[in-house]
Amino acid sequence: MKVVYPREQWCVACNLCEVACMTEHSKTKDPLKAYRTEKPRPVSRTRVEYRPPLAISIMCRHCAEAECVEACKNGSLTRNEVTGRIELDQDKCLGCWMCIMACPYGAIGQVTRPVGQEERRVANKCDLCPDREVPACVSACPNRALVFEDRG
Amino acid sequence: MLYKNPYNNYFDYVVQRDLDKCIRCKACVAQCSYGANFYDADRDVIYSTDANCVGCMRCSTFCPTDCIRIVRNPDTFRPNANWKDNNMKDLYKQAGTGGIIITGMGNDKPYTNYWEHMVIDACQVTNPSIDPLREPMELRTFLGRKPDRIEIDKKGDMTTKLAPQLVLETPIMFSAMSYGSINYNVCESVARAAKELGTYWNTGEGGLPKTLYQYGERTIVQCASGRFGVSPEYLGAGAAIEIKIGQGAKPGIGGHLPGEKVLEGISETRMIPVGTDAISPAPHHDIYSIEDLKQLIYALKEATHYEKPVSVKIAAVHNVAAIASGIARAGADIIAIDGFRGGTGAAPKAIRDNVGIPIEVAIAAVDERLRQEGIRNAVSLVAAGGFRSSSDVIKAIALGADAVYIATSALMSLGCTLCQQCHRGRCAWGITTNDPELAKRVNPEIGAERLVNLIQAWSNEIKEMLGLMGINCIESLKGNRDRLRGVGLSEVELTALGIQQAGM
Repeated sequence: MKVVYPREQWCVACNLCEVACMTEHSKTKDPLKAYRTEKPRPVSRTRVEYRPPLAISIMCRHCAEAECVEACKNGSLTRNEVTGRIELDQDKCLGCWMCIMACPYGAIGQVTRPVGQEERRVANKCDLCPDREVPACVSACPNRALVFEDRG
Repeated sequence: MLYKNPYNNYFDYVVQRDLDKCIRCKACVAQCSYGANFYDADRDVIYSTDANCVGCMRCSTFCPTDCIRIVRNPDTFRPNANWKDNNMKDLYKQAGTGGIIITGMGNDKPYTNYWEHMVIDACQVTNPSIDPLREPMELRTFLGRKPDRIEIDKKGDMTTKLAPQLVLETPIMFSAMSYGSINYNVCESVARAAKELGTYWNTGEGGLPKTLYQYGERTIVQCASGRFGVSPEYLGAGAAIEIKIGQGAKPGIGGHLPGEKVLEGISETRMIPVGTDAISPAPHHDIYSIEDLKQLIYALKEATHYEKPVSVKIAAVHNVAAIASGIARAGADIIAIDGFRGGTGAAPKAIRDNVGIPIEVAIAAVDERLRQEGIRNAVSLVAAGGFRSSSDVIKAIALGADAVYIATSALMSLGCTLCQQCHRGRCAWGITTNDPELAKRVNPEIGAERLVNLIQAWSNEIKEMLGLMGINCIESLKGNRDRLRGVGLSEVELTALGIQQAGM
């Protein structure tokens, strides 16, 4: 299964993966509007960890043995048996954060999401951009520090 | 500006940021290695300290919303044809520091560029041009001493023993840039590209890191006045050895790698302690004459069992033709001549901008002199210093060069924007810096690809131009000055270049 692999030795901490992720998961798909006008503001699902000279962009690993799926108590997190991807149903998520506790990579975040008249905080994680052939972060990376590969 | 000496506060660029388009992604903040961009968390705004900007464009190219423009500082001194801005700013700097102004890259002054005053001939009606897409076109180039005559036996096999040769698939090589002046990732990019292209790269005077020995058969190892990194293994590792006498950007002075750039890998390769300045002497202290040079050439040949060609690199200076003749007679197989537009990692600005001569006239003079003396076949000529395009290359070959060296163009294909800050070791494009955080900005995978692209593009253009001249082999163009004409040059300049006026 193809997932995004970060290559720490080439990450230059430019944050463009975050901008691309935020844009891809916005309504308008425009970085300016996503940042300025969309409410709630979309949140990137990858995060650049930067402790110079180290830098690395971290997102969901879609683990073969996913701790988050084990931890999720209402089945919002499941493995898609066809694609192998770990999928999160944000409409179902209750915001208990057990997945955040369980993820060994710290790859799950939080996002504010409208539910009816209210807004609710729910879990947020990489979905490998289902609408794209190559995930947005990989396309945006200027130094091939993110690659989309099947390493078996 | 606060706490700054007002006499020393004339800066060159302004970072203009359209705050309406800025999304505070901080890409520009992380990418600026000179501390020009910073994020003010209190006001959630990104600002710039314009005085720190060097105009390298790293931030504006990374901005995802294109909200940054780097513009010349519009502050204007009273216009003065004698005192130009840079004369004045340099003077203020020196009055403030008392120091020699150091800079990087090549001569940027508006001297006549002779490439732009030469045009190429083409076939029409009476002699057919060749279509390089349909017919084979030969760019393979051999560098090294060619025999005065060849003998063949009765079976038709050649019995003359040939001197060792370098075989290039295209007449473009990567010029000397030392490990230290550029970082490991850049060296690896260049080495990988040279191997893939079937050409050569040059270690410069910084030695060859052990992990790059795998590219040895595509490497020219340099032996300069500091002898940094020179060992029997090093000499044995390369395909050829180059004695560096001079460099176009700074003829008459030695290389200088600041101690800040001498980190562990560089220290090991150069065989000097970490943090010490690597200062090459101005002359080789064992070379004060052509006879001395001959001794070193033959010492190196002896050390490598006469299996490798030896090149001698000199800067193009007034008396270059006579010097080249001496070098040919001293036993060199290749003479590399570096014109005054050649780049450097660090040189005094006064020297970079005022010393040496253009490579165009140097090549013409040397080729002419060696022909007159009947020893042109004894050496190959490599031209270096400011080649910007395939047309510059083809004109150099028509003037008499066998091949050219490029380095500035090579670095530009890795991102260099000629901001001339190489000497500071903070290159925002990750090229002339050894800081691990910055050096990782050049990924050799991408770097090698881009270099290969560049040379392939130039090679294809050279083939096209050979075709329109009705030539199917680069050898046939060598020194073929009849295919060049001068435009807008004086009679003396035409004579120096050995070409005719257009229309004649």
